[in-house]
Amino acid sequence: MSLKKIHDHQPESFEFSKSNLELVNGILKKYPEGRKKSAVMPLLYMAQRQNENWIPLAAMKYIAKYLEIPYIKVYEVATFYTMYNLAPVGKYFVQVCTTSPCLIRGADKIVKICKEKISSEENTLSKNKLCSWLEVECLGACVNAPMMQINNDYYEDLDEKNTLEIINSLLQDRPIKPKSFRNRTSTAPEKDRPIINGGKNA
Amino acid sequence: MLKEENKIFKNLYNAHGWEIESAVKREDWNNTREIILKGREWIISEIKTSELRGRGGAGFSTGLKWSFAPKEVTSRPHYLVINADESEPGTCKDRDIIRFEPQKLIEGCLIAGYAVNAHTCYIYIRGEYFNEGNRLQEAIDQAYKKNFLGKNACGSGWDFDIHIHFGAGAYICGEETALLESLEGNKGQPRLKPPFPALVGLYGCPTIVNNVETIAVVPTILRRGGKWFSSLGKPKNTGTKIFCISGNVNSPCNVEEEMGTPLKELIEKHAGGVIGGWDNLQAVIPGGSSMPLLPKNICDTITMDFDSLIANKSGLGTAGIVVINKDQDIIKFMARIARFYKHESCGQCTPCREGSGWMWRILERAGRGEATYNDINLLEDVTKQIEGHTICAFGEGSTWPVQGLLRHFKKELEKRCISESTFRKKRKIPYLVDQHLLESENA
Repeated sequence: MSLKKIHDHQPESFEFSKSNLELVNGILKKYPEGRKKSAVMPLLYMAQRQNENWIPLAAMKYIAKYLEIPYIKVYEVATFYTMYNLAPVGKYFVQVCTTSPCLIRGADKIVKICKEKISSEENTLSKNKLCSWLEVECLGACVNAPMMQINNDYYEDLDEKNTLEIINSLLQDRPIKPKSFRNRTSTAPEKDRPIINGGKNA
Repeated sequence: MLKEENKIFKNLYNAHGWEIESAVKREDWNNTREIILKGREWIISEIKTSELRGRGGAGFSTGLKWSFAPKEVTSRPHYLVINADESEPGTCKDRDIIRFEPQKLIEGCLIAGYAVNAHTCYIYIRGEYFNEGNRLQEAIDQAYKKNFLGKNACGSGWDFDIHIHFGAGAYICGEETALLESLEGNKGQPRLKPPFPALVGLYGCPTIVNNVETIAVVPTILRRGGKWFSSLGKPKNTGTKIFCISGNVNSPCNVEEEMGTPLKELIEKHAGGVIGGWDNLQAVIPGGSSMPLLPKNICDTITMDFDSLIANKSGLGTAGIVVINKDQDIIKFMARIARFYKHESCGQCTPCREGSGWMWRILERAGRGEATYNDINLLEDVTKQIEGHTICAFGEGSTWPVQGLLRHFKKELEKRCISESTFRKKRKIPYLVDQHLLESENA
């Protein structure tokens, strides 16, 4: 279980924007009648997207009222799942996968770069307030290890050099496009990949 | 090696395009109406003939699972739920199916939904796969446009709808009852079984939960016949499977191969061999991090199928192969896996919640070279205290890799110990005193 800290400074109120309110009806239609509670996860996502990638307590109260369920049920869900941010994160939210398959291909080097460039602590904004980073568990792209997720996009097949480039580009607010940095378009075996590092580990 | 014509996922690497037009050219949605009109019994018996086993990890017979759904629909509607919450470290096959072969999955959903009497299907996809989920939604929209879904889907007379539900980063939601809890809008904490979801599942209604890969191979099996599928692979371990080969190999990749392919062939032929050569191999995790690792001497000869891996005290799981070579510290590697399980335990059952952290701390100590001999016994004991004492299989999933380490790399662990133990235990009294253990032969 992961511990999540609620942010100290909470906004007074929250409500969905007009365009989001229209989307809500479409979401509710997915679930059978009388099962509005199922929509709590999509609505939390919606609140998170609307509020600069984090969910204030006011939004949880608003969603609870909207779905006619107790506030604690929403709070419970928001704190259980790791992808709901309960405190502000950077405009560029870097999540580095460090689970074993990535680790043995050098994820610790990427973490080191994040520590040096963004902030020495996880979940802390960089000096220019643009970036924050976090170590996460397996992101399900093990064949393209090591990798990281920046906001919604996967940056795959990284090494130290291009990680540094990516992080620098984020800090300058001019992000490099997501892709595989060994120019793969899929998970096909690379037939003519030169042996790098003299056959030692990447 | 699997012949090209026997491959099910011809677009696994997106060489031909994922859109519905090119999918139809690859025979997706071909004769779907005729297949459905042959009836439920025919579909289920053909799947039983194919001996298809679930691709999500447990390897349960798919035909049998479908036949558990009640034959008559009462006031409670039936549901089909697809488990796309792929989070097992070492596994990334469902992601490729969703990205590049979405129509296979969607067609499989329709056929499976018809076979188990379900009009509604939910695909539970992990939240991190945001782009993949959007791709799948696009593919579903394309299928709706062609009237392959919706009212009178594909002209079969069966109404069928598919909805996508995003998870939010909880590994435990890959467990089927936790997934259902999550779909209902609760914390993802597994339910006690029985009742099994086939009778009491989503919203208390009969629900069949299947993995993405299982459902995606169904249409091809029905088009080419169950006999064709069962002629591939080994008896009781039939068909093809997508293997994800990651870790210390020269060219990590996903590859579709026959069941029962030797592990060495997979690594050497498809993944470009172990970094530093085959002799540099230390161990392999054969089926995602929950499965016990295998040392090199077993890897030399093992074939990749459910039963021969079980015979070697491991398992095929999700077929996520993680290769570890001799440059890696196996103890630190395992400590990181233990940290994963500590992080992902849902906290419902005490043995798992507390024990997973316990295992992690001991392994971290061992990795730093600060463990004692007693710690090794303690570690073994903790794994035994968790295993079998939890609601769901997470308990087994978190302890099996550690037990595998103790089975094959105990000497390595002992090398890290700083001191002789203060006393040698003569009796096997467990550290955590558990009454029923004291009463039996341990007393």
